[in-house]
Amino acid sequence: MPEMTFREAIRKGLTEAMDGDQKVFLMGEDIGAYGGSYAVTAGFLEKYGPIRVRDTPISESAIVGTGVGAAMGGLRPIVEIMTINFSLLAMDQIVNHAVKVRSMSAGAAHVPMVMRTVTGGGAGLAATHSQSLEGWYATVPGMKVVIPSTPADALGLLRTALQDEDPVLFCEHALLYGTRGEVPAKPYTIPFGKARIARQGKDVTLVGNARMVHVALQAADELAQRGVQAEVIDLRTLRPLDVETVATSVKKTHRCLIIDEAWKTGAIGTYLAFRVQQEAFDTLDAPIAHIGGEDVPMPYARNLEQLAIPSVQTVLKALKDQIGV
Amino acid sequence: MASEVVMPQLGYDMKEGRIVKWLIAEGAPVKRGQGIAEIETDKANVELEAFGEGVLRKIIVPEGQTVPVGKLIGYITAPNEALPAEIPTTAPTAQPSQVPQPTQAQSPASQPAVQQQPSAPAAQGEVRASPLARKLAQDKGVDINRVTGTGPGGRVVEKDVEAYAQQPKATPQPAAPTALPVTAQAPVVQGDRIVELSRMRQAIARLTVASKMTIPHFYVSADVSMGDAMELRRQINSSLESNQPRVSVNDLLIKACTLAVQKYPNFNASFKDNKLEMHGSINIAIAIALEGEGLIVPAVLDCGNKSLLQIAAASKDLIDRAQQQKLHDQEYSAGTFAISNLGMFDIESFIAIIHPPQSAVLAVGQVRKTPVVKGDQIVVGQVMKMTLSSDHRVNDGAAAAVFIAHLKRLLEHPVTLLM
Repeated sequence: MPEMTFREAIRKGLTEAMDGDQKVFLMGEDIGAYGGSYAVTAGFLEKYGPIRVRDTPISESAIVGTGVGAAMGGLRPIVEIMTINFSLLAMDQIVNHAVKVRSMSAGAAHVPMVMRTVTGGGAGLAATHSQSLEGWYATVPGMKVVIPSTPADALGLLRTALQDEDPVLFCEHALLYGTRGEVPAKPYTIPFGKARIARQGKDVTLVGNARMVHVALQAADELAQRGVQAEVIDLRTLRPLDVETVATSVKKTHRCLIIDEAWKTGAIGTYLAFRVQQEAFDTLDAPIAHIGGEDVPMPYARNLEQLAIPSVQTVLKALKDQIGV
Repeated sequence: MASEVVMPQLGYDMKEGRIVKWLIAEGAPVKRGQGIAEIETDKANVELEAFGEGVLRKIIVPEGQTVPVGKLIGYITAPNEALPAEIPTTAPTAQPSQVPQPTQAQSPASQPAVQQQPSAPAAQGEVRASPLARKLAQDKGVDINRVTGTGPGGRVVEKDVEAYAQQPKATPQPAAPTALPVTAQAPVVQGDRIVELSRMRQAIARLTVASKMTIPHFYVSADVSMGDAMELRRQINSSLESNQPRVSVNDLLIKACTLAVQKYPNFNASFKDNKLEMHGSINIAIAIALEGEGLIVPAVLDCGNKSLLQIAAASKDLIDRAQQQKLHDQEYSAGTFAISNLGMFDIESFIAIIHPPQSAVLAVGQVRKTPVVKGDQIVVGQVMKMTLSSDHRVNDGAAAAVFIAHLKRLLEHPVTLLM
């Protein structure tokens, strides 16, 4: 199996879409001449030209709004919102327009649009550029929120997103672009709403998304050294949310810790915890534990930033204090 | 600030205790460290010392009652301080006490007593337990109130119920169908008499059954010629000052066992979670019969660093204090190897039950004059039979044979006990 970076996997998915369908086009800030602020679309302008690779003004509302119109008109836009922090300027277009058009028009129009964006903290970018807001969008009916943790999942999920007839918010964690992983050479897609068991175990279930999956896997390595076999689940999509896979695992392990990078208050994992306890209450040997980002605007100071984001240490501490493993 | 007085845990296996007597009256002043109540445990009566200072504001559990470890039994406050708004009370019986309903509690005959174990320690609904632990307890017929929790905050979790279910029941479960009401007022059944066991007897029952159910015992025996040892003992004792404690046969045995476990440390070990806990110090426990009460097995601590005379002094002190119920907690629980000696009862030999978490016990009979073959002559010898009970998870037969042979050699060449 060929190995590639997370960035290359996204680029591969975009290239396939651009090559495969003339209705697909890209739109966003600095995606053309500059090649994208995370260099995902480097070379696209030269290859596909300025009609299909459009640099836009700094106006997220305009980017998404134009995308909604283009999609309603029969095109298949892929819009890039440079980071999820800036999506706040486009929130009305996303929540009130992109997602609502199908129901508000009684199915007469719909919006097959992929909104790519960058999420997550840990890069020293301070309070306004380090947020994990994907969980907010996951509360909206009609929304699809994708958040992969590996190159293979990124490609498989992007293909599925590009085939979807409704809007998809595709969130790429800033610190994962350089990570490498094997990607199957044969064509494949990954369905939405199907979590991945990243590591099998029988003693405790760790659930995460994006970079937190890697934190969970490292914690599982530590646990294995003292004989605790942790099962690690990568949610892959926050909406639809795969409650069943998590509940099935918890029925086996009897213990569960859910990890969010997003602020702990109202994090999507807290809702998952509620759903899992409904499904698996009688099999629980400890309350379902949750850890998330600290409830603070992200500190700029490196040491404080690291303390504000869940780490292997905080995972192990939560397991010990809240679950007793 | 009001400080809670709770039933203390005075030993690793203590689950409940009885308040024999409150030593000071409600409202009386209390100093930190002052004895405020006398607590009876499985093993001894102990004075409960005050942690707080002020006045004993409220006695919640009256004298004579048994409550689980950790249960609130009283409050110490500053002299004029008000009590916390909600004070739990304990009904005058061992019935669940969370809902105070005096009319029901006073007329137990009016309701079928579904409680099958009269000494059930905790009130219903008070135990913190995981849903899985509760379900498991229900499936296995375990009263979750009796299970000690090891999860966060003392919560009863799955493995606690599993462990409890595996240990044998302290009291046999009545097999009678639940449709037949059993009342506490009807202890006499067709001329037989039901005797309430003392807490110590209950503890002995629990411990010995647990030992026999969980420890695969095996036994090796040997005859020891004690002639030289008895002569050495006579010489030592005749040269002691009158105020020095005499050396007993048991002291010789303690010293010999100490030397033997030093050489073979696997006999100074405990089996724990598929591992061996090798004990750093050698604490030789001796079984002491308490008149009319039962049996305790406290330890002479740190025998590895004691001479024979120091052991003699320590064991005399231990036995004296045992009779006065003045032993320290550690002496009850820290034994690493045990000796049970029934020589004074004219017993030739017997086998003993291992006292968990120890892994071996030496049962010793009387030193008796017996014809023995020495060279080609039959002479009068002094022979003592001893039997080692061993935990087969820790030691095999060959190891036990080597151990007891070494013990025999030490006792037959008793000068080694002085070295």
